[in-house]
Amino acid sequence: MDLIWSGLATIVATGVDVLPIVIFIFCFQAFVIRQPLPNIRRVLGGLAFVIIGLGLFLIGLDQALFPIGRLMAEQLTAPDKLIGVADGAAAASHWGSYLWVYLFALTIAFATTIAEPALLAVAMKAHDVSGGAISVWGLRVAVALGAAVGVCLGSYRIIAGLPLHSFIMVGYLVVVVQTIWAPKLIIPLAYDSGGVTTSTVTVPLITALGLGLAETIPGRSPLLDGFGLVAFAALFPIISVLAYAQLSALVSRFRDLRRRKEKEPSDPDLLEEN
Amino acid sequence: MMNKPLSIFWAHAKGSIRDLSPIVLVIAFFQFVVLQQSPDGAFGLILGVIIVVIGLTFFVYGLELALFPIGDAVATALARKGSVFWLLTFAFLLGFGTTIAEPALTAIAKEASLVASADGAIADTEDARVAYVLGLRLTVALSVGTALVLGVLRILLGWSLPMMIISGYAIVVAMTAIAPTDIVGIAYDSGGVTTSTVTVPLVTALGVGLASSLRDRNPMTDGFGLIAFASLTPIIFVLAYGGLIQWI
Repeated sequence: MDLIWSGLATIVATGVDVLPIVIFIFCFQAFVIRQPLPNIRRVLGGLAFVIIGLGLFLIGLDQALFPIGRLMAEQLTAPDKLIGVADGAAAASHWGSYLWVYLFALTIAFATTIAEPALLAVAMKAHDVSGGAISVWGLRVAVALGAAVGVCLGSYRIIAGLPLHSFIMVGYLVVVVQTIWAPKLIIPLAYDSGGVTTSTVTVPLITALGLGLAETIPGRSPLLDGFGLVAFAALFPIISVLAYAQLSALVSRFRDLRRRKEKEPSDPDLLEEN
Repeated sequence: MMNKPLSIFWAHAKGSIRDLSPIVLVIAFFQFVVLQQSPDGAFGLILGVIIVVIGLTFFVYGLELALFPIGDAVATALARKGSVFWLLTFAFLLGFGTTIAEPALTAIAKEASLVASADGAIADTEDARVAYVLGLRLTVALSVGTALVLGVLRILLGWSLPMMIISGYAIVVAMTAIAPTDIVGIAYDSGGVTTSTVTVPLVTALGVGLASSLRDRNPMTDGFGLIAFASLTPIIFVLAYGGLIQWI
């Protein structure tokens, strides 16, 4: 009974959450664009789906995604899962003992990002606009690798208890330096890809993982150390996409050079290089 | 007549299952191969995952039925011929409204309030937590509204995206130095939280529509970039919010 009541309360609360955007869009439709609503029944039915779906999602989040993230952090940091860099009590405070956590962070971030539908859409658009220079799979793997390395490094930061802001600032610095040399066309896309990776399902899961790690590892505070994994997951894809673009630009320049070499074998400059 | 909506609905359900399956696979692998145990309350967890799948399916299906077609139409119509004032108003309200409805943000704000009250950063009462959650969500929503206004102005006036983003980074760095340490983690995370299910499709429609309706703008270099603003300004605003609630 309790679950039903709290479920109803959640659904009412989500109705309130959705209200502003519904009102804004409808007012614009009616007063600025001055067009009647097409098919009002469809729209109302759709809104009912939005509110019920959002409510169910939030209930499921509390029932499953948060507990799973916490549980994984707890189980993977259990004393018998530590891999021996140091023994006994010393093991728990050494960052090298938590290899399973790093492996989990890598795989969960890679798997969720590769399957992210928003990323697929962006990758296909980028492929079209770049005239095929950016491959769909190349971009997806680049973003997923970025997210994986980010979340893994973020877990290391929580375990080692290092300050979040210094990591993020070094990341910013790398982005700035890459921006200077990266192909101009890719820059907006790369900046956007950071936001694309962190989907509705991934965010609660890795937040719970971070908080769980900070709660179980001795000497860490959830408030000071537990947050930050989402920030890593949003920053590192920018770096990896810029790097991917720089690499593919290099490769295509190299190919051009070789093609030119094949066409004009008598070119003295190129022969000299050989 | 009934068949078509049903098959569309089924397509969405398959989509949600596909999106969630890598997570389920990775967690199942770690549970059974690495940890070799079945967690307590596994049944409740599986039930929860099923509820998540159903919820996401309903949510996305409803969005595509009701909000996206209208949002798309309004965004492109405004981008084509609207006045700058209405365009900017729309951008702000779109950012604000989609962010308030963003489920990931609701979830994180709640979690942050629990952690903050357990840590003593805010009072350990239900009222204090509710106020903190609301404050955080309104702050992030305002910041995304502001981000979209800046982003639309950038597309209209042709400002350089890297320059703006790098200045944003500089502001984040400067504010981190003066903001209270206990807000820094939440602030940095809130940047990634804002841009998911509801925001991305509507925002992308606005940006690309705008860039392709202006004559000397390239949809690739000018159309993208709104999401980047929407994931940078929340960091700045939440750092400021953290400072404000501590000093007032």
